[in-house]
Amino acid sequence: MTGTDAARREAMIAAVVRRLEGCRTVAVGASSPMPAAASLLARARWDTRVLMLGNDRLDRFTEGGRELFDLAAQGRIDAFFLSGGQIDGAGNVNLLGVGDLPGDGQRFPGSFGSPYLAMLVPRLILFREEHSLRTLPERVDAISAPGTSPPGVYRRGGPVALITGRAVFAFDPARARFTLESVNPGETARGVRAATGFSYDEASDVPISPPLEEADRARLRGQVADDLDPVYPRFARALRAAS
Amino acid sequence: MTLRELVATIGEGDLVAVPREYSGVAMEATRELLRAGTGGLRLLAVPTSGLQADVLIGAGRVTAVEAAAISLGEAGLAPRFTAAMRAGTITMLDSTCPAVHAALQAAEKGVPFVPLRGILGSDVLARRDDWRVEQNPFAEGPDPIVLLPALRPDVALFHAPRADREGNVWVGRHRELATMAHAAARTLVTVEEVVDVDLVADPELAPGAIPAIYVSAIAVAPRGAWPLGLSGHYAADVDELARYAAAARSEEGFTAWLDEHVSAGSVR
Repeated sequence: MTGTDAARREAMIAAVVRRLEGCRTVAVGASSPMPAAASLLARARWDTRVLMLGNDRLDRFTEGGRELFDLAAQGRIDAFFLSGGQIDGAGNVNLLGVGDLPGDGQRFPGSFGSPYLAMLVPRLILFREEHSLRTLPERVDAISAPGTSPPGVYRRGGPVALITGRAVFAFDPARARFTLESVNPGETARGVRAATGFSYDEASDVPISPPLEEADRARLRGQVADDLDPVYPRFARALRAAS
Repeated sequence: MTLRELVATIGEGDLVAVPREYSGVAMEATRELLRAGTGGLRLLAVPTSGLQADVLIGAGRVTAVEAAAISLGEAGLAPRFTAAMRAGTITMLDSTCPAVHAALQAAEKGVPFVPLRGILGSDVLARRDDWRVEQNPFAEGPDPIVLLPALRPDVALFHAPRADREGNVWVGRHRELATMAHAAARTLVTVEEVVDVDLVADPELAPGAIPAIYVSAIAVAPRGAWPLGLSGHYAADVDELARYAAAARSEEGFTAWLDEHVSAGSVR
């Protein structure tokens, strides 16, 4: 783990934390170590309730696997996080796969709860560490979770931002389009443009993504790493190793 | 019942419901199932699966999978599932977590279908010939909603901390295991131990129990979820899972892993 990797990871976490301000309850699903860390920082700052699947202490469900989804349908979850094999410029997420199957295509794990939670949780934060032409195409090959829906379709929210290893984008659902908000340490607006497969808007001067505050960095290495360890032992190790 | 007798009740072509990785996966029973040679299985992941599905698929025992996802979690993609999808040797029925739960709940209630929010506009829906979109009959304006047919598995198979002499099983707060048992025609459970208390008579234990009426067979299998974990008892064996993920990247590596863990008979 290099210093740049740690700085980039912390900028991503900081960008997520900012988007959780005002949330009473956030839920963290499978394979989401970075959002899990950000959610735990939000808990330390604002007393946000964090429901984390698969963690004996932070998984506060007593009705089984369905309870998170029932809570979301009732409007009790304020924010959720989604990643994907592909995320496109209209906020669509693909967890199904690309290319021809059977054949030479690539199968992804599957959609998890995304087709449902993307539509029922008000604040959906998209994240993807790998920021490349491959992961951020103009159009996804298949839609697990739609970024927007036509009028008349029941929907409580959707994507508000996309946070990658290189940059932070804000999402406008009315236009189904991203705007580059900031670039992470070590990146430039031009470099981000070259690495992004979809078109997006951009101000004339794009700032660097703000770093985490020192108190939050200390929390990451301590309590947050301890809380994440049961579900994400490797990620917890990386947090502790960062100086 | 012995583990061998328990897995012998699973037949060719059965729709077998199995739980997500941390709810109590019957891995020892899965190894015994591989030894028994049962094939043609249709897996229903509730709502996701990982190692268990990957091993059964890799060994060629599965024809179809219904799941919200098949993944090894932090250990990465499920390699034999991924390879089987590329080769076209299994049929994948993509679902989403709340749909699996809701369809099992419909079976619990004995009703033919259940409505569920969301999912509209997803290719998961577009690829499901068995799901319908209908107008909400109680809405004043347009309100399309997805209808899911009830899911009634032939078998529910999972691992739990304990059972009692009467056949009641204690699963704690992993209530999806109870939903699986309620919905399935037969429920097969492996347990860490059989205890001499009545798990349903004790008011503090009863809310975490599945009454014997739903349970068809129980076999004792100490550390029966290994290398996956059993909450409150033992953690997942992260090193072993990483070893599997690396080995199963190739057909040869997977076969070697299978020889070591299954063909030899004893695991540890």
